[in-house]
Amino acid sequence: METVLDVRDLATHIATDAGTLRAVDGASLRIHAGEAVALVGESGCGKSMTALSILRLVRRPGRIVGGQALYRGEDLLALPEERMRDLRGARVSIVFQDPMTFLNPLMRVGDQIVEARRLRERLDHARARALAVEALRTVRIASPERVAASYPHQLSGGMRQRAMIAMAVLSRPDLLIADEPTTALDVTIQAQIMTLLAELRRELGSAMLLITHDLGLVAQFCDRVYVMYAGQIVEEAPVARLFAAPRHPYTRALLRSTLPVDRRIATFSAIEGQPPSLIAPPTGCRFAPRCPEALARCAREAPPVVAGEAGTSARCWLAAEVAHDAA
Amino acid sequence: MTLLEAHDISVEFPVAGARRTLLRAVDRASITIASGEIVAVVGESGCGKTTLARALLGLAPIAGGSIVFAGQPVDPRSAADLRRLRKRVQMVFQDPFDSLNPRKTVFATLAQPLRAIAGVKRADRRRAAARLLDLVGLSPGETFLDRYPHQFSGGQRQRIGIARAIAVEPRLVIADEAVSALDISIRAQILTVLARLRRVLGLSYLFITHDLGVVRSFADRVVVMYLGRIVEVGATEALFATPAHPYTAALIAACPVPDPTAARAPVSLQGDVPSPLDPPKGCRFHTRCAFVQDVCRRVEPAPTAVDENRRVACHFPRHA
Repeated sequence: METVLDVRDLATHIATDAGTLRAVDGASLRIHAGEAVALVGESGCGKSMTALSILRLVRRPGRIVGGQALYRGEDLLALPEERMRDLRGARVSIVFQDPMTFLNPLMRVGDQIVEARRLRERLDHARARALAVEALRTVRIASPERVAASYPHQLSGGMRQRAMIAMAVLSRPDLLIADEPTTALDVTIQAQIMTLLAELRRELGSAMLLITHDLGLVAQFCDRVYVMYAGQIVEEAPVARLFAAPRHPYTRALLRSTLPVDRRIATFSAIEGQPPSLIAPPTGCRFAPRCPEALARCAREAPPVVAGEAGTSARCWLAAEVAHDAA
Repeated sequence: MTLLEAHDISVEFPVAGARRTLLRAVDRASITIASGEIVAVVGESGCGKTTLARALLGLAPIAGGSIVFAGQPVDPRSAADLRRLRKRVQMVFQDPFDSLNPRKTVFATLAQPLRAIAGVKRADRRRAAARLLDLVGLSPGETFLDRYPHQFSGGQRQRIGIARAIAVEPRLVIADEAVSALDISIRAQILTVLARLRRVLGLSYLFITHDLGVVRSFADRVVVMYLGRIVEVGATEALFATPAHPYTAALIAACPVPDPTAARAPVSLQGDVPSPLDPPKGCRFHTRCAFVQDVCRRVEPAPTAVDENRRVACHFPRHA
């Protein structure tokens, strides 16, 4: 399968008063053409920082310190800013959790949708307007002319997110990065937006990287998944496989603590403790201090990434032992 | 035994910049909570769930209705009544960081209600505060007393918020999105604490949330609100299995199920919630309802008991 994005050993650090915080610490992931891939994890695990790093949108005091992000063979992290600007928003685009932090409050929505496009090519006013209205129609907005002429604050949260998506898909990108696109929205609006993203992806043939903490969205909307914990990717699997046979103890614990809407869970299953500091992470496995299955070596030595069958991998000593026994 | 009975509660807010216009955030909502019961109030932003909870404590302007707590009528306009009520009803908020004073040690935070409301003597306060922390799983409690909020994680701060709430030995705790901001691995820790406190202290909870997954596993009964109105009330399992109001059904269907083999539900609710300043005539849900009939646009459906545990405000309830 054709690879759209190949992220290798990405490292992004944040300078803090207390020391260097390793927000992303050697993350590798791959996205194929047309595929929906989830990057799932809890607050502070580095998933959003990974997304921002791929598009080189990391702001100080954050800094990308290593690795590659190969978009169709071209390393986004090494491109001249000019070339990056051509790709960003056009070939690889992003939708954020809160459109209000991204949209200019003083500019009409329609103008913002085509702004980046106008920087790249000459568009007369009428043509730009028509393009914006068309883009808003693409995201199923019933009155695109009215929305194009509105300011962001005049729109509901769901409507703003649709406008943001219209902007992101305007140039039919290969890859859409959606960073918690529905976390701030009510659940009925979330269903509308996620379904819209799925439909657009099919229509445009784009791949999607969905950054989320919601295993429900992973199960319902993605093909493959990477699980992130404490700055590292700890498991990779096709979605069906991850839910049926999770290999990493963190993934298993996460699935156990999920409270689904379709059945009652009699006993709450928590993961004791909390994620480690990324300024001074544990020397061995980062999940070892909370892991109910930890072995003696887990606290001492960092576990290897163990490849399994059907495109799975787990960063875990237990998985290494199982693989060893099977061999 | 019924602990709280609120009947036909309405809440109105003046609208900024529009004289004589009132926003009716809660419209004739009735709710009962039994002793030891967990009642969840669910609905989307602006449905009035938080306002209803605040109104029960006199923290929102009540325009009508009556409250009876532990057999005693409470006049929401009487300061003395509300003071008495607040000794028995406490709140836990979504963001424990916002609700804890960063300059106060945990002990100072807990000592205040212990002294002012529970009347614990100075000599006994440290021991009492430590015991509260033990109860919420921060143990041994003494070791946490002299720390400040920033020295705790989000989950631990929420435990402190709960300790503060139970300091006055309330009968009812109103938890307003108390676990919504927490990661799922931590959320289960807090729900476990809340479940244990119910068992040990016989607490009741009014649990305000938008998270239906939590509701299904935690609540005994569920109240569903839409645009200020209660549209359905029922026992948790029955309500999830056979939702009677089309809005309840749509809300449940919209929640993504963490199971890739489950079929994705088609989007059943189009558009946004209408403005509460100008709610639709008739049934407030009719503009988004897939089963709308002519009568729904004209006549507001009254809450009606469909069986002994279920009340629904719909002209054409499902499964009835």
